[in-house]
Amino acid sequence: MSTQGSIAGVAPVTSRQRQGGLAGTLRGIYIVWYRDLLRYWRDRVRAVVGLAQPLLFLVVFGAGLGSSLGGAFSGNAASGGLSYAQFVYPGVMGMAVLFSAIFGAMSIVWDREFGFLKEILVAPIDRSAVAIGKALGGATQAMIQGVVLLVLAPIIGVKLDLGSVLLLLPFLFILAFALSAMGVALASRMTSMQGFQIVMNFLMMPLFFLSGSLFPLTNVPDWMAVLGRLDPVSYGMDPIRRIVLGATLPADAVNSLGLTLFDQVLPIGLEAAILLAFGAVMLGIGVWNFRRRE
Amino acid sequence: MTAAIHEADAVIIATGLTKTFGAIEAVKGIDLDVRRGEIFGFLGPNGAGKSTTINILCTLLRPTAGHASVAGWDVAGHPDDVRSAIGLVFQDPSLDAQLTARENLQFHAFIYGVPAAERRRRIAEVLEMVELTDRADSIVMTFSGGMKRRLEIARGMLHTPEVLFLDEPTIGLDPQTRRHIWAYLRKLREEHGVTLFMTTHYMDEAEECDRIAIIDGGQIVALGTPSELKAMVGGDVVTLATADNATAADEIRRNFGLDPVADNGSLRVEVADGAEFIPRLVREASVPVTSVSAHRPSLDDVFLKLTGHAIRDEAAGANDMMKMWARAHRGRR
Repeated sequence: MSTQGSIAGVAPVTSRQRQGGLAGTLRGIYIVWYRDLLRYWRDRVRAVVGLAQPLLFLVVFGAGLGSSLGGAFSGNAASGGLSYAQFVYPGVMGMAVLFSAIFGAMSIVWDREFGFLKEILVAPIDRSAVAIGKALGGATQAMIQGVVLLVLAPIIGVKLDLGSVLLLLPFLFILAFALSAMGVALASRMTSMQGFQIVMNFLMMPLFFLSGSLFPLTNVPDWMAVLGRLDPVSYGMDPIRRIVLGATLPADAVNSLGLTLFDQVLPIGLEAAILLAFGAVMLGIGVWNFRRRE
Repeated sequence: MTAAIHEADAVIIATGLTKTFGAIEAVKGIDLDVRRGEIFGFLGPNGAGKSTTINILCTLLRPTAGHASVAGWDVAGHPDDVRSAIGLVFQDPSLDAQLTARENLQFHAFIYGVPAAERRRRIAEVLEMVELTDRADSIVMTFSGGMKRRLEIARGMLHTPEVLFLDEPTIGLDPQTRRHIWAYLRKLREEHGVTLFMTTHYMDEAEECDRIAIIDGGQIVALGTPSELKAMVGGDVVTLATADNATAADEIRRNFGLDPVADNGSLRVEVADGAEFIPRLVREASVPVTSVSAHRPSLDDVFLKLTGHAIRDEAAGANDMMKMWARAHRGRR
């Protein structure tokens, strides 16, 4: 019995580089991520269309719903004269992230259907690299989609300073990563595009509506307050809103919008940690699914 | 594992390879060894277990029982070592159609750990080999089926594998493109000494292989060179016409111990080796031979004899038709 379990009498090729190990995994993550971004860049039409839906929500809800809610919102002393459009703007940013993260994960199902996934799965790298690379690729695209919406801030009347933009980026990324990892976990077992779309539509809307993106979770019925706090997206939406509106509103007005747990306003760092933990669990499921071999 | 040692130059060794999916036994105890540098064909109808076997050897499936090693590595225990030693050309296209040919190759070079210094040179070499250098920066979606297949072969060779697995490499391609692909494959073997392991259900393609395993119902029913396999049917059939067939027939019976039959003005005789028989016959016959021809039994005859059914019956089942349609449809896009 020779070393490394190779079969005695057949000399393993020594000149060949060992592909496994951490270096191989990192290389795999990088190239899977890079390819996703290359495709994203090639397909700019998709990126633009992906922004249409959030913009629609912003215009329709901001202008339409905003005018009928106007009194309720700007009249509220605690909200510090916040308009509905200003309130819903970070929510729409979160929505852009949510939708494109899920859409990004669909590329796994797409790759499976068109055969390219096989090329990745037979490569001599740990398959965790596929799940991680896909999650990071989807997250990067989703974050870009969210960041692009920042240019609308002056139109909505939201003040932004460099500090809050820089602070916003990691939070956008964490939300994008958690949702992308969730998409990967689901897509890793899906073999049909239709199946994935059905599951995703079924999941995406409740996740979006219950996340506090369209209305604050501060004054809702108990059952919704509970569901909203079970929705991982809430823990991404809330810090995004508090950071985006941070320069526009006084501090206590921002805090009054904050997501509470047991009557305590959650620190944004803790929210990020909750979201990261969720993302890590989802990624773990994705990795486990990819590693399985029949 | 020690039982798996057959020959020092065997690059693929399988012993008692078995794969069951639930109650279905797809592969029933396959034994084979493939020598370094040979073109080894796996011939059988769809559903015979060809793809399952190739998937086990490529570490995409785990064997239920038995062992297999490729390039010295156990497929179950060291999948990553096997994977870096093999190249794969799948039955269905596996290129990223939205990227260029070069980008597809770059992805492959990177994920297979081809050193950065060699990447550019290797990519240029394999593109040259399949004559796609001038299309390197075109989006793959614009390629014809044959060009895609060539690019996949180039990609499979990019990381200088010891064994190149090809699952139905010419399926759905027109005859001219198929000949082209075969020319590349022979060149690969000659110039790089790579071992080629391919599955096929085309008989003419199987003829090109050094050795063939005929698989049916999850078992290997015969293994050998094409001529060895065809010899199992009983040699060549020689058809001849002479100035005096009756005399010639007598002489053949007397001198060769064979039994010619008169058939429509000519004589037919089954011989072990037609190429050796014909010159002797012409030399020794006392009557002038006016025409003579020999035809070898085809692999179709062999398959029929061994399995009791023709390979082509199943070659175009409903499932296959669907696949062909999907392939053609995809190719048109």
